[in-house]
Amino acid sequence: MTMTQPETRTEQEPDILAELQAEVAQELADERPPAGGAAYQIISAVVVLGFGVGAAVLAHGYGLGSLRRPGPGLWPFVVALVIALLALVLLVVGRKLDDAEKFTRASYLVLVGGATFVGLGLALPTIGFEIPAVALCIIWLRFLGGETWRSTIVISLCTTAGFYLLFLYALRIPLPHLIAF
Amino acid sequence: MDWTAFLDGFGVVTQPTNLLYCLIGVLIGMLIGVLPGLGPAATMAILLPIAYNANDPVSAIIMLAGIYYGAQYGGTITSVLLRIPGEASSVVTVFDGFALAKQGKAGTALGIAAIGSFVGATVSIIGLTLLGPIVAGYALDFGPPEYAALALLGVLLVATVGSGHTVKALAAAAVGLLLATVGSDSFTSANRFTFDTLQLQGGIDFVVVAMGLFGVGEILYNLEERHGKPHVPAAIANIWPSRKDLKQAGPAIGRGSVIGFLLGVLPGGGAVMASLAAYATEKRVAKDPSRFGRGAIEGVAGPESANNAAATSSFIPLLTIGIPANASMAMLYAALLVVGVTPGPQLIDERPDLFWGVINSMYIGNLILLILSIPLVGIFVKILRVRPAILAPITALITILGVYTINNSVFDIFVMIGFGILGYLMKKTGFEPGPLVLAFVLGSLMESSFRRSMLIFDGDPTGFVTRPISGTILAFILLVIALPLVKLALRRRDPDTTPTDKIDQEAGMR
Repeated sequence: MTMTQPETRTEQEPDILAELQAEVAQELADERPPAGGAAYQIISAVVVLGFGVGAAVLAHGYGLGSLRRPGPGLWPFVVALVIALLALVLLVVGRKLDDAEKFTRASYLVLVGGATFVGLGLALPTIGFEIPAVALCIIWLRFLGGETWRSTIVISLCTTAGFYLLFLYALRIPLPHLIAF
Repeated sequence: MDWTAFLDGFGVVTQPTNLLYCLIGVLIGMLIGVLPGLGPAATMAILLPIAYNANDPVSAIIMLAGIYYGAQYGGTITSVLLRIPGEASSVVTVFDGFALAKQGKAGTALGIAAIGSFVGATVSIIGLTLLGPIVAGYALDFGPPEYAALALLGVLLVATVGSGHTVKALAAAAVGLLLATVGSDSFTSANRFTFDTLQLQGGIDFVVVAMGLFGVGEILYNLEERHGKPHVPAAIANIWPSRKDLKQAGPAIGRGSVIGFLLGVLPGGGAVMASLAAYATEKRVAKDPSRFGRGAIEGVAGPESANNAAATSSFIPLLTIGIPANASMAMLYAALLVVGVTPGPQLIDERPDLFWGVINSMYIGNLILLILSIPLVGIFVKILRVRPAILAPITALITILGVYTINNSVFDIFVMIGFGILGYLMKKTGFEPGPLVLAFVLGSLMESSFRRSMLIFDGDPTGFVTRPISGTILAFILLVIALPLVKLALRRRDPDTTPTDKIDQEAGMR
């Protein structure tokens, strides 16, 4: 590589920097789903407000005591008031923010993913971890990830076997399991 | 400084199991740094159950620390080769790193980045070794008022300096403080927010909260975001930088190391801010600033040295005062509590094996990382071809099975899922989960320090201001609150933002 190459490059493409910056900004923007509107901001602020007010009422019931002898409710009460106050500020200034993301069709994937977590949690104590783990892998790989059936089955079985060996033999942690040797 | 304890620390690290854990830690760190998606805080959260299950707590801490600084190395690789920052702290490396790659000098960029990372981290560890005991010595005099003020400062700084909208971050932090009060009150043993359930009486386990918000939350969020194709990186050759490159990058590495060290110590600072500051500095001191973004090697060397130096020096407030400076350090704080160690100034005297073991493991860990990232970089580049869809169910399983093993409790799984859904919804609505987790971890310290202070002051809150150290910290807090308001006023006057600013902000949100 010669010394002069960067210079000629600069002449040919005078705006590599601008180009790169624009590309990176574009890519980061592409990765993010469309911004949610004012409704997202208002609803989230109202939820936070409700949380703060509810907690403040509960904390008040625990007894505030005095500054000299703080009761169990004083600290949570103050913190809850701060939450409510910040939520009010958000209600006023947050409406024009664009940092919320719209729920899209892809959000259903999250719902399914969350459901598999719950399913594994329910099944674990009754039928052990092997079958639910394979099932979770299959759902995530085939239906959420779009892998082929062949790689889905191979990866699911290998992963579950790997966890079996890791937890029960290498780390000796008693997980509920069906298959015992 | 106690040199025997320092040398004994090397004895701890060189035990084969600890070396193995160190190697595993930095390998995992480098891997998650290379793979976009899970960040270091999330990975540390997911692997927190290891702290419960490891035979030797020191090994577990060494491993978790390795994940954090290892991730800084890995993030560089994708920035240079794919123009995708694997970690937020490698965002600015993209500009010059990818420009170098376009000119066929990807190897040089990676080599310089690896050397800069190593130098930055090592400078920072030496600083940590020398300064740590001194800071801890001062902090021994801190009483409850100082701790209350410090914890407040930590939470405020993380919320205001971090990415995202400040009011939202503060609200998230306040919710974290409130969640920390759930359970039986340690002063009066009155039940708070337990709703008459036995499981909530002991409070919510912060490991479960962190695994939910960071781990499950990010896994679910990525499920929706990830529809990309696998990335095929360019081939790299000639990873060893030439003497000319080294000479050109040397001063930048030096400056980056110092900037990183200083910014890393500040709460809320850490690697992201340090890399941005180092890039800006390099551009300012350069004779020809227009070279930046078109393949200036200093633009890679400075930020990469800085983010590693900062990652390392952010251990100082945690190990010497007991205040985590960022979300990843909060995970380490949690891990220390899990193994029965309260981080604070007494750590260096009570558990010198742990204090020096962890610090000295970083000397060795960085050496391993240098080897991994120069001769073995090709292997990590191949890992980029693995499709994210394959890793998702594996991380999901690690999370669920891991949280179960903490207390053999199915209840914990559901609490974690609950916080995971909360974390996902927070990300969707622009609330960062980081401040919540940090505030949650610091919550009980803050409350008990505040209440003890009120008892000491006999109910007179002006005592916080009149004590010299807590007064100074509170003055600093006022500054932190006032600064964004001033900035806001200035921004109103000048609404133009440059494209670089926008990228920085966008990247900060990731």
